[in-house]
Formats: sequence, C-alpha cells, structure tokens
Amino acid sequence: MPAAASVSDRRATAAGERRGVPARAPQLALLAAVLALLPLGFANNYFYEVAILVALNAIVCIGLNLLIGYAGQISLGHAAFYALGGYGSAIAATRWGWPVWLSLPAAVVAMGLLAWAVGRPTLRLKGHTLAMATLGLGVIVSIVLVNEDRLTGGPDGMTVPPLVVAGRALQGEPTWYAIVAVVLWLAVWLAGNLIDSPVGRALRALHGSEVAAQTLGVDSARWKLRIFVISAVFAATAGALTAHYAGFITPAKASFLHSVELVIMVVFGGMASIWGAVIGAAVLTLLPQLLTVLKDYEMMVFGAVLVATMVFFPRGIVPTLARLVAKD
Amino acid sequence: MGANWMQFVAGGLTAGAVYALVALGFSIVYHASHAINFAQGEFVMIGGMGAVSLVALGLPLWAAVPLAVAGAMLVGLLVQRLALEPAQAGGQADVVTLIIITIGVALFLRGLAQLVWDKGIHSLPAFTGSEPMHLGGATVMPQSLWVLGGSAVAVLALGWFFGRTLLGKAMRATAINPLAARLMGISTRGVMRLSFVLAAALGALGGVLTAPITLTSYDVGVMLGLKGFAAAILGGLGSFGGAVAGGLLLGLIEGLGAGFVSSAYKDVIAFVVILAVLFFLPGGLVGARGSERV
Amino acid sequence: MAGSMLSVAGLSKRFGGLKAIDNLSFEVAPGTVHAIIGPNGAGKTTLLNLLTGIYRPDQGRIMLAGHDVTGQPTHRWAAAGLGRTFQNLQIFFNMSALENVMAGRHLRERCELLPSLLRTPSQARAEAACRAQAAALMQRVGLGAYLGARADSMPYGALKRLEIARALALEPQVLLLDEPAAGLNHTEAREIDALIRELAHGGMTVVLVEHNMRLVMEVSDRVLVLDRGARLAEGTPAEVARDERVIEAYLGAAEAAEAADA
Repeated sequence: MPAAASVSDRRATAAGERRGVPARAPQLALLAAVLALLPLGFANNYFYEVAILVALNAIVCIGLNLLIGYAGQISLGHAAFYALGGYGSAIAATRWGWPVWLSLPAAVVAMGLLAWAVGRPTLRLKGHTLAMATLGLGVIVSIVLVNEDRLTGGPDGMTVPPLVVAGRALQGEPTWYAIVAVVLWLAVWLAGNLIDSPVGRALRALHGSEVAAQTLGVDSARWKLRIFVISAVFAATAGALTAHYAGFITPAKASFLHSVELVIMVVFGGMASIWGAVIGAAVLTLLPQLLTVLKDYEMMVFGAVLVATMVFFPRGIVPTLARLVAKD
Repeated sequence: MGANWMQFVAGGLTAGAVYALVALGFSIVYHASHAINFAQGEFVMIGGMGAVSLVALGLPLWAAVPLAVAGAMLVGLLVQRLALEPAQAGGQADVVTLIIITIGVALFLRGLAQLVWDKGIHSLPAFTGSEPMHLGGATVMPQSLWVLGGSAVAVLALGWFFGRTLLGKAMRATAINPLAARLMGISTRGVMRLSFVLAAALGALGGVLTAPITLTSYDVGVMLGLKGFAAAILGGLGSFGGAVAGGLLLGLIEGLGAGFVSSAYKDVIAFVVILAVLFFLPGGLVGARGSERV
Repeated sequence: MAGSMLSVAGLSKRFGGLKAIDNLSFEVAPGTVHAIIGPNGAGKTTLLNLLTGIYRPDQGRIMLAGHDVTGQPTHRWAAAGLGRTFQNLQIFFNMSALENVMAGRHLRERCELLPSLLRTPSQARAEAACRAQAAALMQRVGLGAYLGARADSMPYGALKRLEIARALALEPQVLLLDEPAAGLNHTEAREIDALIRELAHGGMTVVLVEHNMRLVMEVSDRVLVLDRGARLAEGTPAEVARDERVIEAYLGAAEAAEAADA
C-alpha cells in the first residue's frame, strides 16, 4: 500500500484539483464585460436586433445543452416549450387580461409543469425512441397551435402586447438588449453552478453510464425529469421574452424545423459545454443573417457549412478548439 | 359508411406504401451505420422532381422514371462518399455528428433543388392513365395500384437480396459485427456506400410512384422524411419487416383519422398512436426488448 | 440470519428457458472477504446483478444489513449500503478521474437543485470538502499520480482501481467487486490483492467474484463455488480447494479422479 502522501503528491493533488474544474468566476466576469461593452460597436438598431436574437437563442441552447450534452438525453421537440412560453404569455395577456409582468412568469411556470407531466412517461424511453417521442409531441403542439385559431390566431399567429413593468412599457432595442443580456448572464451563471455541483455530477454520471450511476445511488428517472424541466424552463423563458420583444408570435416557432435548428446549435457549438451552447447559438443565428445576401443560395450554403463544420469539428466547435489549445 | 371506409383504407395504404419505402431507407442506413439519415426524405424529392424534369425535356415516362431513380442513387453515393466518409474516416464517428451531417446534406439538397428546379408544385403523368377505377366500393386511381405494386416488388426484391444473395448477407454481417466482417474481407466502406445507394433508390422509387397522385415540389422531402422516420421507429428501427409494417400502419391510421375524425388533425392522431405504441413497446412493433449487458 | 451483513435465501432467476440462478442461499458475515467462484457461465455476474438490483429475482430474498432489499430498484441498493464495481468497466469517461470519485459521493452529499443552481456559500464549501475527500480516496487506492487526469486518458489497471475508489466514495457497508483483477498483469493483480486485504482489515465486508485463483485463495475468508447457477460447495479456501466436486467442475472428472488418487 502506498505510504502517506509525500510532498510531491500533495502538490499534485492541489494542481489536479485546480485543473479539474474550469475557472468560472473569471469567465463570468469576462462575459459581463463583453455584454456591457458590445453595444459600443453597434452602428444601428439592426445590430441590437441581431444581438438580442443571439442572446435569446443562446438561453434556449444553454438549457438544451444541459439536457443533451450533460445528461445525455435528446429532445427533438424543444421548440414546443419555446413557442408555448410565448403563446402562453400572449394568450393570458390578450385574452384573459393579465398584466404582462404576471403572464410571462406564469407561462414559464406552466411550461415547467407541462414538462414535468410530459417528461415522466417520455424519459423512460431512450435513444431513438426518445427522439421520436419528443419529436411527435413537438409536432402535435405545432399542429394544435395552427388549428386552434380562435385561441392562437391560427397559422398567421397573434400579436403580443409589450412588456410593461411598473407602468412603463419596455420597448426599443437598447432596453431589450439590456434585459436579455442580464438574463443570458444569469443563465450562464446558473448552468455553470449546476455543472460543478453534486447535481451536475449526477447528470453527467447518468450520461457516462446510467447503470453505474444508479449503483452510486443516482435516481436516474428523477434526475432526468428534473433536468428536462429545467431545460424547458430555459426554453420557455426565451420564448416568452422573444414574443414580447417581437410583438408577434407564429406557430412556426413550434415547428419540427425549429426544434432541429436548436439541436444543431447545441451540437455545432459543442455538447457538454456552456460556451459551446452560446457560440453555437451565435454562429448559427448570425450565419443566416450573413447569408441573406446570397438570397437563393442561402439554404445550400448553410447546409454546406454545416456539413463542413461537422466533418472538421466533429465534437463541435468549442470542445475541438479546446482540445487543440490543450495540446499546445 | 362501408364505401367510405374502404376509400380511406385504400388511400391510407397508398400513402403507407410510400412511408414504408422511406422507412426501409432509414432502416437500411441505420443498420449499416447506426445513424439516422435525415436526408432520406430528399431522395424522395429527387426522384419525383427528377422525373418531372426529364419528362419536361421530352423523355417518355418509361425512360424518365428509371433514370430519375438512377440519378437519386448517384446522389446517394455522392452523399456517402463526400459528406459522410470524411467524418467516418479514422474509426468510429459519433452518431450525433453523422446525423447533423445528414441534416446539412438535406438542407444542401433542398437548397440546390430550389435552384435547379423552382419552388412550384409539379405533377407527373400517371403511369397508366387517370381513369378512376371502382374496387370494392372504393374509387381508386390506377396510380395507387402502381404505388402498392411497385412498393411490394421493391420490398420483395430487397428481401431476396438480403436473404439470398452473398452481397446482401455480407451487408447484414457488417451491421452485426463490423470488425469480424472486415476480417472476413468484407469492405465496410463498400457496404456503407451500397446502403446509401439502396436507401436512395427506395426513396426515389417512392417519389416517382406517388408524384402523379400527391404532386411534388422542392420541399416535399421534409414531411415525408419525418413520417418515414416515424414509421421506421414504429416498426422498430433496423428491422426491415418492421419498417414495412410501420409504414403501412402509419398510412392506415392517417387515412382513417382524416376520414373519420378530422383532416386537419390527421397527423396528430397518427403521432398520438405512435407515442402510445412507443410507451408500451419501446422497441417498436417488431423490435427487440433488450436489457443492457453489464 | 442475525449478524450477517448480506443474506441471500432461495434466490432464483431464469432467462427464458435458462435457469441462471437456481435456489441459491448463502450468508456473508460482516468484515469478511467472501469470494464467489465458478466456471464460465456458472452465473457469477448474474448473481452480482441480482445483488445490486439490476435484475429482479423470480424467487428468493436478499437482506442487506438486516433490511430486505429484494426487488428494489438499483439506486436504492446503494442507499442500503452496497457498492459495486463492474467486470466491463463502467467508468464515466465523460468526466475527470477526480470527478468520477466525487460522483461516488452522491448519496453523502447534499444533492439539491436550488442550492446547486445558486451555489450558496455552504454549497461551495461542501464542494471543496467533497473534492478533498475524493482526492484522499484516490490516494488511498494508489492513484495519486492521476489526480489531474481525465478518465479517458488513464490506463486499464488504473481505471480498475478508480472504480474501486468510486465505489468506496459511497461509504458502503458491503463492497461487491466483479473480477477486479481481470485483465491485469501479475504486479497489478498483487496490488489489488493488497488493497482488498487492507479494506477487509479496516472492517469492510467484501464480496468478490474472481477467476484469479491465487488472489481468491490469498484474500478470502470464505469461498462459494457456483456451478450452473447453483451452490456447488462453500467453505474456507482450503476446504474448497480440496473438494472433489469443485475440482471436477473446473477440470473435469478425469482430473478429479487423479487428484483423489494423489
């Protein structure tokens, strides 16, 4: 049996402990700085608009990444939570007369409850069947939103009232940028805390080997459900904010294509990486904007870029780059 | 009423036959690579739109159809060769990566189709005329018989291929144990390419057979791919019999749902049934109920 | 029976037509090393899977430290005090070595959503303590050199020990080791041997499934021999090594006769 830890062992211990955990505090400070200083480079409102869209997509992706990248599950229907978050708040505000500062959080809570109810039977499935189940649920939501036009406004969607807090309507790009920047920072902070915690390790253990995790006492059904609910809450928050920012929402937000887009952002940026989720959302939100100049070639080029990136960065952008940097 | 019932069944089975072909395509590729090929629906589109173009160029139908299918097969080969092989080089590629690549390919093909053809809806002349026939109280288009017959022939041919030919058996061996197959001299790369070519052929066949009935356009692949995937999972991914059963069943449910309940909600009904099956039979109708080996 | 740490009574399990475990009963006394051996296909791994709730028995009862755990889902067995390692490594390759062991502390840490999301100061302190404990465990099993390593960059022998460290992090009352020496060379096997003996001296109850006879003979207090899912013999290592039926099961009837004449 090895003798008591020597000095070099102790030093190795300390170094190992430091290296084992990413330095979150400096990263969060950097993010705050970037978010605060970015608007200085904005020439007009369009820049704000794009940044807001990036931030909103990033919020969804961070939540979805927790589910897919860390816990190792899959959801091909997450756009449903996103859209229902928006529709929920819009319907409560317009049809039931709720104030938006109430309808928005209420919609998010409702989505959490829905995720809890739907997740219990669904997460018993694995792999492709889980993918199919989430896909099916998403498509069902999408069709219902199109057809129940008295409630939802049908395929053309419905208008959404602006966010009014303490009597003031929050409108305008710079205001909304501030709102989503704060929410994005919070999302990164919460997700980071979660990963480096016993809960985070339990989730990653489930992904690593569900059987082994269970033998360590991890109640896999319970934790899968919880992370599913958390990721739904992230998506619903982003969806509700988007709806009130844009002033409009359509059923296309719940479509299968949108769900796939979200998954692509997560995988593209890099799974099991919070920064991957943010970068993936950023690149894949910006890219179509940049490609609109190509007009008819947009879809083709987008597809080609996707293929090329996954061929050369099979683990997604951030992890592949991180590995390259670590080797040096 | 009785007549209506037969009508819905006939329509449902016709659609179901196409879903079965698409589902088979999914199963074949899954069998070989454990990946879901999200571009499968686009092969259907290429078949249909290709045939439309060739007919427009003046080719007779009996030449345009096989040529369109052959064209799709070539596209399938190129997709495997150019998009997937580079990712699979150097050992096992992550399944998720492969899936995203196929999504990229699907977008690329759809974008390309938009340019090569247009965004409009097109139809193909029916193979043997469009006089409706009356069978068992239902009004059936002759083309429906072509769809059902053509699919049946394709399925039987596939069954013969995998069950009786050396090449087919080699493909099945590769799916079960790639390393052992390689050691026996079977080229896994060749098997993958052949899988894609077969999947493309099946999809394109479905596309040309159904284009006279359901019309075709550059984005017809999305929904068909989705339904074919659902059918494949319903039947049990990787099972060929399951794919056929799943496809036909899905078509039937849709047809009956549209007829008796609501046309707008036919897809909802279909998906609800699929979800119900999955919750009780996670392996699909035919799939294995395995437990993990630890 | 009073006093036994692990008690199995009348355990049976079939898979289709095959009776993998047939009316098996045995007791494991606390603080002892109890080995389970048998020819291939005797049902050893099936037994372990039954003993950790991965399979449900068709018949029989399993008691752990006096609690009836039969038919419980796997994660409750851990709560009842049972830790295990796997024949085919089930390491969390998506985490670092240290995090693997920290994951083992799941039941001993406060694993709650809100404090984890908000990273309260007490949570942060608990994290640091958990990390220190995991590091200490890694040292204990001789993995001090791998404290900063990712699990997917460690050699096989080290991973076997990592799994043991991870199971120990649970602070189990009974440790089930499934072929801990499989695939190890002579030196590594001796290190595992020493580790097991050290654990036993510390009062841990160990149940060991092994093929490596030397390890079994040196380390065990009692040996249970399985053949075709049923109990063939049980006793001290010396008793079992002399048992004719055991020799026959392993080596065949001819050799058994030879041994009897010797």
